[in-house]
Amino acid sequence: MAGANVTHLTDADFEATIKSSTPCLVDFWAPWCGPCKAIGPVIEELADSYAGKVVVAKMNVDENPATPGKFGIRAIPTLILFKDGNVVDQVTGAVGKAQIQTMLDRAI
Amino acid sequence: MADYQLIIVGGGPGGLTAGLYAARARLKTVLLERGVPGGQILNTDWIDNYPGFPDGISGFDLADKMKAQADRFGLEIRNGAEVTGMDLGAASKKIQLADGNEITTQAVILATGARPNILGVPGEKELAAKGVSYCATCDGPFFRDQEIAVVGGGNTAVQEAMFLTRFAKKVTLIHRRDQLRATTILQDQAKANPKIEFLWNSYVKEIRGTNGVEELALRDTEGKESTLAVQGIFVLIGVIPNNEVLPADQLTLKNGFVVTDAEMRTNIPGVMAAGDICSKNVRQIINGAGEGAVAALSAEDYLLEKASEQTC
Repeated sequence: MAGANVTHLTDADFEATIKSSTPCLVDFWAPWCGPCKAIGPVIEELADSYAGKVVVAKMNVDENPATPGKFGIRAIPTLILFKDGNVVDQVTGAVGKAQIQTMLDRAI
Repeated sequence: MADYQLIIVGGGPGGLTAGLYAARARLKTVLLERGVPGGQILNTDWIDNYPGFPDGISGFDLADKMKAQADRFGLEIRNGAEVTGMDLGAASKKIQLADGNEITTQAVILATGARPNILGVPGEKELAAKGVSYCATCDGPFFRDQEIAVVGGGNTAVQEAMFLTRFAKKVTLIHRRDQLRATTILQDQAKANPKIEFLWNSYVKEIRGTNGVEELALRDTEGKESTLAVQGIFVLIGVIPNNEVLPADQLTLKNGFVVTDAEMRTNIPGVMAAGDICSKNVRQIINGAGEGAVAALSAEDYLLEKASEQTC
């Protein structure tokens, strides 16, 4: 099923997930954001192809305001790549799959 | 033998419409899109001036429908396919991709579009995505009950300023002239909106803030300086062409945009252009799509002529 490998994070389980030594890509999105919807399928594809190597997650910023606030996110879609709890890389906007892949390949 | 009869570079309304026409004409076509299809309409909250949608339609939905319509006729679309260079001079045209591959084609439609212009002032780059935004529909809801500014005086600036009043406590529209360029209906609506304040004859000199936007340094046309405390600034001052991968030595450009004739042909035989990359005054979805249709039909004509040359 498309999207089966995507983890849906909340403010409650965010910290525990990003602390892992397995890199974790978080797509901060909202249902009202056109570019977020446009990159949705790209995120799902990446979750499938990087399964086991990178945790690919999405966080709805409307339902979970605390985490995006903590990271100063005021534009979406914003993708942040975490490893061992630290921000490794970050990009904002509907970027292409290739650019995200480069980001992930550098981290694994 | 070239890989394709037609390559379309860019997947906004111009490119997607060209793709629809080319696919229906059964041309062996691929559309190369560096991100995901839709182009700038993905950044538009709501579209009220595209005919056929009497109640309006969201930018995302319109992009999605354009793509679905091209899909129905079997258009090959490659997402995330970033073009790094092209050689259009010969009959067999070469397109280089970021993954190192090169594809060849008989005809090309350039539909690379345009992107939001930047102010080019101190603080803009540093505070991007931290309160400096170029997309109201993407970022507006982050500014609930806050005070923000919009820079610009055209249709986009005025329409998005109104959209932003859904979230912001107050929107100050900063314009360097004493009147707006936006169409009358939008001007009337904006002036009647109690949350919008106008700051005429002024421009932004600097954007200041530590972890986010805190204030703007302004100067008016008489040289008087002031500051405005805001948590966000939306820069909506027109577009610049996505022309970085176009062969400037082969293609005729005007102010960076591609010059075409009425049939959307460029100066290079077999190379057409459509949408916001074209040198023109009006950049609307409807004429971008219309140009895509014309460009595809011109490509078809070109290919037919080429084919008849070969058989005679």
